[in-house]
Amino acid sequence: MSDAQPIEPAAGAEWNSDKARRRVRRRYAANRRLQAYGIIAISIAVGLLGVLVASIVVTGYPAFVQTKIDLPIYVDPAKVDAEDPASGKYRSLVREALAKVVPGVPENQQRSVGKILTSDASYILRDYVVEHSDAIGKTITLPLALSDPFDQLYKGVIPKELDALSWVQVRWFERMTNRGVVAEHDGRTSLKLDVYIDPATVDAGPPPSGDFDGLARNSLQAYLPKVHDTSQFDMLANDAPAAIEKRVAADPAIVGKTVQVFFSVSLPYAALAKGEIPKITNPRFTDAQLEAFEVIEQKGLLRTPFNWELLFNADSRFPERAGLAGAITGSFYALLICFMLSFPIGIATAVYLEEFAPKNRFTDLIEVNINNLAAVPSVVFGLLGLAVFLGFFGLPRSVPLVGGMVLSLMTLPTIIITTRAALKAVPPSIREAALGVGASKHQVMMHHVLPLALPGIMTGTIIGMAQALGETAPLLLIGMNAFIPSVENMGLLEPATSLPTQIFSWADSPERGFVSRTSAAILVLLGFLLIMNVVAIALRQMFQRKW
Amino acid sequence: MDAKVEAQPTVRVQAPVVAAKKRDEASAAQHDVKLAAGGVNLWYGEKQALFDVNLEMFDRSVTALIGPSGCGKSTFLRCLDRMNDVIDGCRFEGEIRLDGDDIYAPKVDPVQLRARVGMVFQKPNPFPKSIFENVAYGPRIHGLATSKSDLEEIVINSLTKAGLYEEVKDRLDDSGISLSGGQQQRLCIARAISVNPEVLLMDEPCSALDPIATAKIETLMDELRDSLCIVIVTHSMQQAARVSQRTAFFHLGKLVEVDETSQIFTNPTDVRTQDYVTGRFG
Repeated sequence: MSDAQPIEPAAGAEWNSDKARRRVRRRYAANRRLQAYGIIAISIAVGLLGVLVASIVVTGYPAFVQTKIDLPIYVDPAKVDAEDPASGKYRSLVREALAKVVPGVPENQQRSVGKILTSDASYILRDYVVEHSDAIGKTITLPLALSDPFDQLYKGVIPKELDALSWVQVRWFERMTNRGVVAEHDGRTSLKLDVYIDPATVDAGPPPSGDFDGLARNSLQAYLPKVHDTSQFDMLANDAPAAIEKRVAADPAIVGKTVQVFFSVSLPYAALAKGEIPKITNPRFTDAQLEAFEVIEQKGLLRTPFNWELLFNADSRFPERAGLAGAITGSFYALLICFMLSFPIGIATAVYLEEFAPKNRFTDLIEVNINNLAAVPSVVFGLLGLAVFLGFFGLPRSVPLVGGMVLSLMTLPTIIITTRAALKAVPPSIREAALGVGASKHQVMMHHVLPLALPGIMTGTIIGMAQALGETAPLLLIGMNAFIPSVENMGLLEPATSLPTQIFSWADSPERGFVSRTSAAILVLLGFLLIMNVVAIALRQMFQRKW
Repeated sequence: MDAKVEAQPTVRVQAPVVAAKKRDEASAAQHDVKLAAGGVNLWYGEKQALFDVNLEMFDRSVTALIGPSGCGKSTFLRCLDRMNDVIDGCRFEGEIRLDGDDIYAPKVDPVQLRARVGMVFQKPNPFPKSIFENVAYGPRIHGLATSKSDLEEIVINSLTKAGLYEEVKDRLDDSGISLSGGQQQRLCIARAISVNPEVLLMDEPCSALDPIATAKIETLMDELRDSLCIVIVTHSMQQAARVSQRTAFFHLGKLVEVDETSQIFTNPTDVRTQDYVTGRFG
């Protein structure tokens, strides 16, 4: 393309002059530049989207599997009454079962080792036994979820050991080494520091007394003058004050003088000085727990099946038991209400405004307002719902009915605008044809224009619904982020939660398991949005007519 | 129609008498007046599009409206079945009498009027439905068919009259849009005549068609003329000469001249008409 031949020169036109050639070259360059800008913009957008989705998937995928232990449990008839299985001593049954798998745990550690299993373990066992009363007196193998920290540990999300020192602390120690104050003394790595034995704080004794700890710290601070952080003092071992005290006791005359004292460094720094990377046990776990966990792992009782509970359980305080069923149900109810309100009202409004309304100031005002409503931040609709639906009409809080009503306020403008666009897109020739054979305005509308506009209307509606599905702020304002531990009692007038507000609540939770569950919930939400959009596209393809 | 009779009894009573008398007197050469426009003025908003148009259109004959673009001929045609009513800011003044009754009288229902006055448009505009449904739509909404077989008969009759039946009889369930341009236009004619109109208005019906399809439609118009009053707007003077008995020349919203077609094309009285038909402008 770029080396296109110049055409035959017309009479009087200099198509072959240098100027003309330069013009052509510039034109092609401008074309290429424009295309390059477009490609760059698209690549940036696709790249960012890819990063976003990848990060959500990477964070969220561990939540789609759940570490479970196949724990053989002997349902002791002595502890569970066959007549009244609901009130058995299931907690002790679970503890016994665990003790059989991991024998020899000291009494005082049993409670903490029991925390390897989910706190709901005894209730899961109870529900199972109540349902299968023939299990009493037998040994059953029940897959029990591990509690969150051990679930994360098994999936490799959190480590068993942590670095004892931060990189800042490592750098401080390097600085001390470079200054030559780190030395071996009495077989221990020590800091050789100048200490001014301040007579104001130290009494020579005997026995010597005073703020030796403060002296030790001050001397260390003198070497790191720009550090304003107390964690540097972790460098000194616990016997640092004693080292000064010993020197003063040995020679009381040093009070008021500056002397060199060897302070041994604490264990992590000693390891660091030997060239090792100092580690400490993850504070989430105790050593007894880790030992027990290793035993369980070695016995091959752990597996990670697909986490159906994520979809079929309701919410829970324990991440390993928390699921989205309540949120999905709540969102479904709210969207149902939203659809039933906004679809008929939206279409009626659009048809009236587009086909029947006279063009005057008043209808212009309505039109401008509808277009503006589409741009109103959703939180404002939430406030409106709070003030009007809850405050004025006194409807109950947190219920899908009100949630759906608030969402329909947001969806209405979208539906009205897209419906009007779809009605406008029906060619006038179709209307004329129908009018020409004597159809009334109403017949033209119902027989021809609406059916032809329907694909566009449905697309707009589904997109509006998808928007509503992802809307968080208005639902938060009317309190539709209730804690719903069971799906059974959900209804239009019962407190509920929804997918986006559930994500919001989980994102706020401190447990490590909720991090991946939040991402997983986002993926589920994105999945629903994707399905809705695919349906919208499919409907449009299916009903699209050409004219 | 019945509603209209009740609405305007005085006008309706004498018109058929006059019409019948006229029909008896004059045989083939001169038909009775079907449509009569008197003092028609029309404005689109502030802009006046028609100026005092007076024109008579005869039953069982073709009246051609010719003139340069924007001269108001299509606008005038659309006045004849009140299609201008649906345009915002359109204002009409004057009267148009169909069989002696003013179609702009307040009690006239434009929907019923459009059943009596059919229209065929410039671009073929079949409904995106089956061929059968396209033709059956009019009779259905006007309740012209009492049974399914009735409806089928009407559809077949209309398609036959429009000269399309033989070509589509095997695929009545196909979409009307699957037809060729000329077939689509004949389908639109079939749709228009399916409700037994008394007048057929055609707004440049052949301008989007090739010569073969045009010839078919012109033949069709000749046949339909036996039972209908046809008013056609056309840009092709040859077409006007071929199909019409009377021709009206419009210029700048005014009716310049109306006469027998042969007169207009051979011996026009107005110099503007002469300039136009001889191709000096327009």
